[in-house]
Amino acid sequence: MKAAAFLGCNVSIRRFEYEAAARAVAKKLDIEFVDSNDFGCCGYGAGPIDHDTYLAMAARNICVAEDMGVDLMMVFCSACSGNLTKVNKLLQENEEERKHINELLKSVGREFKGTVKIKHFTRFLAEDIGLERLKKEIVHPLEGVRIASHYGCHYIKPPEIFDHFEDPIHPHSMDDLVAVAGATPVNYPNKRQCCAGAIIAVSEDTSVKIVTEKLENLEKTGVDALAVHCPFCHVMYDEYQKHESVKLEKPIPVLFLPQILGLAMGCDPKKELGIKKKVAKKLLGGSE
Amino acid sequence: MSASEDSKGVANTGPFDFDKLDKDFKFEISREPGGENIMYCFACGTCAGICPVGDKNEDFDPRRLIRLAILGFREEVLSSPAIWLCSTCYSCTVRCPQDVKITALMAAIQTISSRDGYAHDSYRMFIDMAMKHKFILEVSEFENSKRAKLGCPEITADPAETVKLIEHTKALDIIKRKPKSEGAKK
Repeated sequence: MKAAAFLGCNVSIRRFEYEAAARAVAKKLDIEFVDSNDFGCCGYGAGPIDHDTYLAMAARNICVAEDMGVDLMMVFCSACSGNLTKVNKLLQENEEERKHINELLKSVGREFKGTVKIKHFTRFLAEDIGLERLKKEIVHPLEGVRIASHYGCHYIKPPEIFDHFEDPIHPHSMDDLVAVAGATPVNYPNKRQCCAGAIIAVSEDTSVKIVTEKLENLEKTGVDALAVHCPFCHVMYDEYQKHESVKLEKPIPVLFLPQILGLAMGCDPKKELGIKKKVAKKLLGGSE
Repeated sequence: MSASEDSKGVANTGPFDFDKLDKDFKFEISREPGGENIMYCFACGTCAGICPVGDKNEDFDPRRLIRLAILGFREEVLSSPAIWLCSTCYSCTVRCPQDVKITALMAAIQTISSRDGYAHDSYRMFIDMAMKHKFILEVSEFENSKRAKLGCPEITADPAETVKLIEHTKALDIIKRKPKSEGAKK
């Protein structure tokens, strides 16, 4: 199984422990990631400025994957995944729009052909690899560890761009994967709440209030860790725990889903997964 | 119309004079990608009820913004800082009984607002960063050395292709625009 690895800005520059863990898990599952330095920003922030710029920036990245000769483009950031999937579908289905964007892409010698499928890594694990296959790789089940999942928004919504692979109001793929790792999936109030990362530069105050509510709900519920699969959600729940308005009794470790799977698959916590020693010990040993 | 600010993040809009409203605004929005379904809205408020942003910040009320847009408060809506508060979570989109596609609609309103010179600074900066680095963050040797320690390949940030592409669009012109109308607010 071969796929182009589209990292985007936040995974490759700010949260590469996520990338490292995804690579380690992929290796166990014989998934080959093909890298390219031709990839750039997915175009997410260009939408509110100019629709054509947004489509062209996203399409250029899809063209890079097409030109690599792969059938699948694997994406790790939920915002990139939502964005690229949406544009891929639009340009595959709308001939007029495709011609128009291809005119722009001509300037950089690219052409959108519509030959690749785009998938978020979590969706790929749940849908293509499957829970049964994953179970076979588990050598160190995280027994008794209570893990809550944050699905985020752009992983499943709007559902029509993701072939309705999961009900956006009752998602379960992350909890299923947490359970495969041997941990206990935990439900908590307002689980679907957005991380508000998209408006951090517009109203930090509003974002912090939204983040605080989730962190407090997690503390009240009692969890050992929060699982995420988007670098921006990670920044919001991890870095903002240090914000003065967030008052938690003790920090809540925020881990990427592949870090959790990697731990259970016996990967090296520090070298392969980028997990702090203390956190790894707690999850592997059940207690500190 | 008064330009004074009320508690809801949009310029004071009532009581209003129908003759002064821009009745074409709803059509302008419906021609913009994402705004096609605006006229399906019957103002039920499901969007406002589920909105995680509105829950914490009363300046953001999607139902009110859509109502004002349909009525024709063009300048008030486009100049309002509130339109930039949508966190694009799609909570409203998946629940809207009229399939208004509110998240996409908010983006359509933002795009028109940007063309009128009201683009939020963070999005102007986005284009600047993409032009400089092709990413919205800068890659230095520091990141690459840390990446190497975790076995991740080196990344380079040659923006040439991205720059060329963006230069062929209207983005660079739009991010330079300032509002034309008098009394316009940021």
